[in-house]
Amino acid sequence: MLRTILSRLLQTIVVVFLLVTFTFFAVRAIPGNPFADAKATSPEEQAALEAYYGLDKSHPVQYFNWWKNVVVHGDFGDSLAMKGRKVSTLIAESFPVSLKLGLLSLVLGMGLGIPLGILAALHHNRMLDYIAMVIAMAGICVVTFVLGPIFQINIAKQLVSLNVAGWSSSSDIILPAITLCFGVAAYLARLTRGGMLDVLSQDYVRSARAKGVSPLKVITVHAIRPALMPAVTFLGPAFAAIITGSFVVENIFLVPGMGQHFVLGVTAKDYNLVLGLVLFYGILMGIANLLSDLVLIFMDPKLRNS
Amino acid sequence: MNSSTTTQPRPSEKTVFEKGSSLWADAYVRLKKNKLAMLGGIVVLSILSSCFILGPILGWMGHSANNQDLTNRFAAPLSSGLFGTDQLGRDLLMRVLEGGQISLLVAIMATVLTVTIGIIYGGIAGYVGGRIGNIMMRIVDGLLAMPFLIIVILFRELISGQVDKIAKFLINDWGLDTDFILRFANLVPLTLAIAGFGWLTMGRIVRTSAASLTKQEFAEAARSLGLSHARILFRHILPNMLGPVIIYATLTIPSFILYEATLSFIGLGIEPPNSSWGTLIKEGANYLETETTVLLIPAVFFSLTLFAFNFLGDGLRDALDPKSSKD
Repeated sequence: MLRTILSRLLQTIVVVFLLVTFTFFAVRAIPGNPFADAKATSPEEQAALEAYYGLDKSHPVQYFNWWKNVVVHGDFGDSLAMKGRKVSTLIAESFPVSLKLGLLSLVLGMGLGIPLGILAALHHNRMLDYIAMVIAMAGICVVTFVLGPIFQINIAKQLVSLNVAGWSSSSDIILPAITLCFGVAAYLARLTRGGMLDVLSQDYVRSARAKGVSPLKVITVHAIRPALMPAVTFLGPAFAAIITGSFVVENIFLVPGMGQHFVLGVTAKDYNLVLGLVLFYGILMGIANLLSDLVLIFMDPKLRNS
Repeated sequence: MNSSTTTQPRPSEKTVFEKGSSLWADAYVRLKKNKLAMLGGIVVLSILSSCFILGPILGWMGHSANNQDLTNRFAAPLSSGLFGTDQLGRDLLMRVLEGGQISLLVAIMATVLTVTIGIIYGGIAGYVGGRIGNIMMRIVDGLLAMPFLIIVILFRELISGQVDKIAKFLINDWGLDTDFILRFANLVPLTLAIAGFGWLTMGRIVRTSAASLTKQEFAEAARSLGLSHARILFRHILPNMLGPVIIYATLTIPSFILYEATLSFIGLGIEPPNSSWGTLIKEGANYLETETTVLLIPAVFFSLTLFAFNFLGDGLRDALDPKSSKD
């Protein structure tokens, strides 16, 4: 098991290193430079800015310096688009917001999706199954940017008095979290249904039934653990993606989360911000995958022994 | 027990062999039983034909998606055209059909690219295998660990500069139709960026089935005949994995429609004078407080298309690969 963890960690380090390298050169290959778009900068000022941020040096030197700062000083550098802000400050400010929102919608999505999937599997190929699967498909097809505005107008304004957008009161988390949770719930429902159907056709479930174990106990004691394994595999990467924020939902509900930086960083050619985000996201993705591997090992005795 | 012995044909009787049915005929029978998938297929066909056949016919009859009439803004459905008009008095039916053309065009072009790149890259990685195959797949894994928006926007920014140059060249030096080139040039970076991210999963799927097919006897037979690697890969191995590729391609189209709409919604996709379902939904959301049809009609078309493609794809998967079906 220690070997699994170590090899996972090693893999993550390699992948993150390659990703950062790829991003470093790709983002510098975009035509234009971070300061050309800013208003009222003369060529001399641009050159001075480039020198200040070390962008006048050759790419390999910049690349080496960036790693040196990250590894030796733990410094992701300054944001190029937002003057005077450090990349680490931007991440430290926005990540907790996205984390809170992501965790809540993840919990809502699990509470909604997993029972729906189990229900569908237990009524396989009957009316309830079809209804559950159409609902799940709706969660995938009726997307956040349609749901969000509808929620704002119809629920926030007319049903309950919630703020339409913003992040000032503690109730502001409700609407974006609900908007985000349907997608997660939909995938979880489909995966749980598939896993449950696989397990229910296994011999050991049949023998448990034949021994006269009550249907409820068959599901809660024998079937649920292996049935949830596909869902857990999905939750690893989904967890990393959702706690780093969704630009669309943040945009609709004006949430000061991390998703905005992903988009604005690239469009503003904020090299340091993009690299910092890719590094942060890569590490988070590695941890999330490791966690889901560990959960799978605890869930499946076969994996535990190998 | 008794009945089975009586029904067994005696050796002396002439044995009648049942005519075998092909994989595709079997699959079609199974698909026909799946009501949701058939419904999905019908909806897909009707949406495709309304966007690409009905739309041009209506356009030829004099309806236009761009004629503004500010005295007739937000007309109710049926009062002016089938779906009424939008914030500038434009015919909403024509807007939705034209937006659908762009959305579907981008998704289908990106899917074709995805399938091509995925088959070549994944096929080679699976066929060659070993260390090279592993390195090729680690690159795919690495790119998949990038945040979706960063990688797609990065590709889009990288490509759009080049596409603009080519478009200017075509217009200035070749004197080609300016409006058409400019409109098409807006679609290309987006399509390539979506395909640039989308092929990764396709590459993985192709690689898995190519690797297992390469180990089978027929591939070994082809090798022992001394056929070239390219011929074995493209004539013997690839035709055998068309099933999973077609299924995944069907499921890829709705996700690409979704990517396009997401990018257009955040202002990094389709730009005027082009419009897509994503830009229509974005515009509609601005007027939602007082007017519902401008958001709801494009949104219904958009969601219905995603539904239909997904149900059709799921049905095809169950029909072509009975093992994966949960019956």
